[in-house]
Amino acid sequence: MADLRNDFVGIKSPNPFWLASAPPTDKEYNVRRAFEAGWGGVVWKTLGLDPHIVNVNGPRYGVIHGADRRVLGINNIELITDRPLETNLREIKAVKRDWPDRAMVVSLMVPCEEVCWTDILRDVEETGADGVELNFGCPHGMSERGMGAAVGQVPEYIEMVARWCKAATRMPVIVKLTPNITDIRYPARAALAGGADAVSLINTVSSITSVNLDLMAPEPTIDGKGSHGGYCGPAVKPIALNMVAEIARDAQTRTIPISGIGGVTTWRDAAEFIALGAGNVQVCTAAMTYGFKIVQEMIAGLSDWMDEKGYATTEDFKGMAVPNVTDWQYLNLNYVTKARIDQDKCIQCGRCYAACEDTSHQAISMSADRKFDVIDAECVACNLCVNVCPVDGCITMEELAPGALDERTGRVVEAAHGDWTGHPNNPGAVAAE
Amino acid sequence: MGATQRQDGIVAGRLSPEAYVENFTDAYPPLDPHEALVAADRCYFCHDAPCIAACPTEIDIPLFIRQIQAGSPKGAAKTILNQNILGGMCARVCPTETLCEEACVRELAEGKPVQIGALQRFATDTLMATGEHPFTRADPTGKIVAVIGAGPAGLACAHRLALHGHKVVVVDGRAKPGGLNEYGIASYKTVDNFAQAEIDWLMKIGGIRIETGAMLGRDFTLDELRHDYDAVFLGMGLSGVNALMLDGAEDRLGNAVDFIATLRQSDDLSRLPIGRRVVVIGGGMTAVDAAVQSKLLGAQDVTIVYRRSQERMGASRHEQDHATASGVRLVCNAMPVRGVEGGVEFEYTQETPDGLHGTGETFTLAADQVLRAIGQTYGEAPGAVLDLERGKIRVDTEGRTSIASVWAGGDCAAGGEDLTVTAVAEGRDAAESIHRALSA
Ligand SMILES: Cc1cc2nc3c(=O)[nH]c(=O)nc-3n(C[C@H](O)[C@H](O)[C@H](O)COP(=O)(O)OP(=O)(O)OC[C@H]3O[C@@H](n4cnc5c(N)ncnc54)[C@H](O)[C@@H]3O)c2cc1C
Ligand SMILES: Cc1cc2nc3c(=O)[nH]c(=O)nc-3n(C[C@H](O)[C@H](O)[C@H](O)COP(=O)(O)O)c2cc1C
Ligand code: SF4
Repeated sequence: MADLRNDFVGIKSPNPFWLASAPPTDKEYNVRRAFEAGWGGVVWKTLGLDPHIVNVNGPRYGVIHGADRRVLGINNIELITDRPLETNLREIKAVKRDWPDRAMVVSLMVPCEEVCWTDILRDVEETGADGVELNFGCPHGMSERGMGAAVGQVPEYIEMVARWCKAATRMPVIVKLTPNITDIRYPARAALAGGADAVSLINTVSSITSVNLDLMAPEPTIDGKGSHGGYCGPAVKPIALNMVAEIARDAQTRTIPISGIGGVTTWRDAAEFIALGAGNVQVCTAAMTYGFKIVQEMIAGLSDWMDEKGYATTEDFKGMAVPNVTDWQYLNLNYVTKARIDQDKCIQCGRCYAACEDTSHQAISMSADRKFDVIDAECVACNLCVNVCPVDGCITMEELAPGALDERTGRVVEAAHGDWTGHPNNPGAVAAE
Repeated sequence: MGATQRQDGIVAGRLSPEAYVENFTDAYPPLDPHEALVAADRCYFCHDAPCIAACPTEIDIPLFIRQIQAGSPKGAAKTILNQNILGGMCARVCPTETLCEEACVRELAEGKPVQIGALQRFATDTLMATGEHPFTRADPTGKIVAVIGAGPAGLACAHRLALHGHKVVVVDGRAKPGGLNEYGIASYKTVDNFAQAEIDWLMKIGGIRIETGAMLGRDFTLDELRHDYDAVFLGMGLSGVNALMLDGAEDRLGNAVDFIATLRQSDDLSRLPIGRRVVVIGGGMTAVDAAVQSKLLGAQDVTIVYRRSQERMGASRHEQDHATASGVRLVCNAMPVRGVEGGVEFEYTQETPDGLHGTGETFTLAADQVLRAIGQTYGEAPGAVLDLERGKIRVDTEGRTSIASVWAGGDCAAGGEDLTVTAVAEGRDAAESIHRALSA
């Protein structure tokens, strides 16, 4: 049995699945039930200064659906907690007392003045919480007031606030990053420079999910108007994975612990974040879509997979994929594959044909009786047919062994690595020694 | 208290009033909007989709399903009706399990095709509920065409001709238009007087006049029609039935098609007499419909007896299952020999390379009503001198008969399966051919 116990910057939890700071962690009732369901920890819904903020009283979420109304992404215009600070602190203390083995991290967002941060940190320490997360991420509402993403988009502010906080508390400080920035490495470096113990990412992506064509207004619509919100859920996972990998492989930030967030829905998503260097993961949308129980699938799935692979703890595979994230220029151009269609699995829908014929390389033939075959002399191995095929494993990519003829180029596949840096078409190529 | 299910003889009122209502409601209730979206999401939008080729009217199925997915069921209906103006009826009556749904790649993949028929009904019902008719008639051409028979073939032909601006007079011998849509299709497939509602909706194109109660051959001749009209389309269906002699059971023997027509026209099913033990002889759609509806009318035991093996039945597997699920018993490889006291004697059969033979072994089924459903035939209108092919009007691929300016389609024309959807396709294609001829 794999050991899922997690130690993230000294914060211990029975498993690496935390609920992210959001509605699931908004109050005692939720968090107690989350812990009962098996969540390893929570990041409490972001606290602010009193008087507490207010939320809109109309709809606050928008959605992108896939087939069968499967939730692919949610967008929200919710702000931080809309309850008094005192209430939250009291509840945090009570829950932590009853659940000492679970991680209790408190998310914070106050104005960019040192006293605001030191005051609230003192209050949080009294609750017995295990750590704090600085919310520099929310892209809507709070950013208009100079907080959230407005801080997260300016590396100097991140560094400054992180430094204030580290000086003011014994608790580990996690800086939560916004993805609404061009290069995620800059805010990560700033957090590190400010002395933060870790970064967590991503917060939500600025978005308008849809436009109501009757009201001619963005959704969710509040009395005829809409505002951009923050996008999350499975749709943002690719963005989050890339940002996590960027930080994990950057020479300056590779040592900073990462809490991976963004679209984690199953154990596999979590394993992917951890393989890219995350020490644990946080989840919001999956819980909002399916309820707290989903953590049971995550725990069982991760554990089974680790057993199969022989990983005793998450540390055993943490960051293992990082060395394999590279720049395009180093990809091996001598690696040649061809699409292969398993005729026994093929259900003859012809989607591969339409995709390749209309938008790719006319490399799939179609017979009168709907047999689809790959034409090796045309196939560039783009993978589009594999992606659009509705049957898992029906179309696969087969590697051509060195020495084999690539019918498309007429060249024999070379065994040696050859990338763009040495390619004859590259004006800046360095000749191989 | 009227009769009960256990009373011998052919009697009416075997069931309670509520039971009649319950038995004759929609056998396959329509999808609600949620169900339709779930069902539509299963379509893969196949390239050159096999389902299209499997539909005799070649409806662009992936396109209309995508329109449902994208929230435009009315647009979906227009896609359907473009190809098949009786798409609403076809959605109810097509044996989709042997047509589009059989070809669905998800039938191959999972044995569970996309519910094409049900989705088609969802789209067409949605549009028809608004009363909108999404087609506009072209400017009048000044030409006039006679259509004989107001069944699916005649109606499809008439609508397409009207769309092109021709004037159309549809003549039908029966009291109501619709052909077998009105008189033949099982009542549980087309509830709420759908056949007439669909015709009313179809007529909104304008330029069509329907005359009922007038018969070609009895009231006028084909030559007269050819003289008075620019073109003639014959969509008369099959008016004859195959004969079956059953000595000793004449008093109990009826014809399934007539039985169903009476049932379809009845406005009080409790007054429709039905046997306690009904035997239906035949193996096609008509046999199943007659048997199931006998059961629904309160017959205690209903048996279909088919002379060949079950695999060779004309009724699809799905229809056979519908029959057995309704409590009908299927007996295969048996043929009737004679009527006996209180029943019918059958002989088992065997299929050999040189044909079907009795085995000599017999058995008797108790029966106070026997319905024969062994196929219909083209009964030629007197005076018409058309070339025939295997007993039906010979036509070319466009529906032209051996006589100039006369076209034919539907069940009365040779070729194609005897289905509503085939009749629609042939009527529509003949109209296009007539239009080309009249525009030349
Ligand atoms: C009991 C039964 C159940 C069926 N169930 C199904 C089913 O579930 N699904 C399916 O796809 N198909 C079914 N069919 C077959 C389908 O109904 C026919 O294939 C279809 O109706 C043929 O259309 P049509 O227009 O050619 O002929 P018809 O529908 O038969 O219409 C012909 C019309 O012509 C009229 N007519 C005939 N002679 C003359 C004349 N001399 N002058 C004027 N008018 C005339 C008739 O009164 C009739 O109205 C069923 C058939 C039967 C008998
Ligand atoms: C309704 C809603 C409210 C949120 N509120 C906060 C918040 O108060 N503080 C915060 O740091 N992140 C907040 N988030 C962002 C989430 O914590 C998380 O970073 C994001 O949803 C990505 O993870 P996911 O894809 O698992 O949902 C919120 C997200 C949602 C959907
Ligand atoms: S990999 Fe790309 S180019 Fe090759 S067959 Fe598939 S779609 Fe066509």
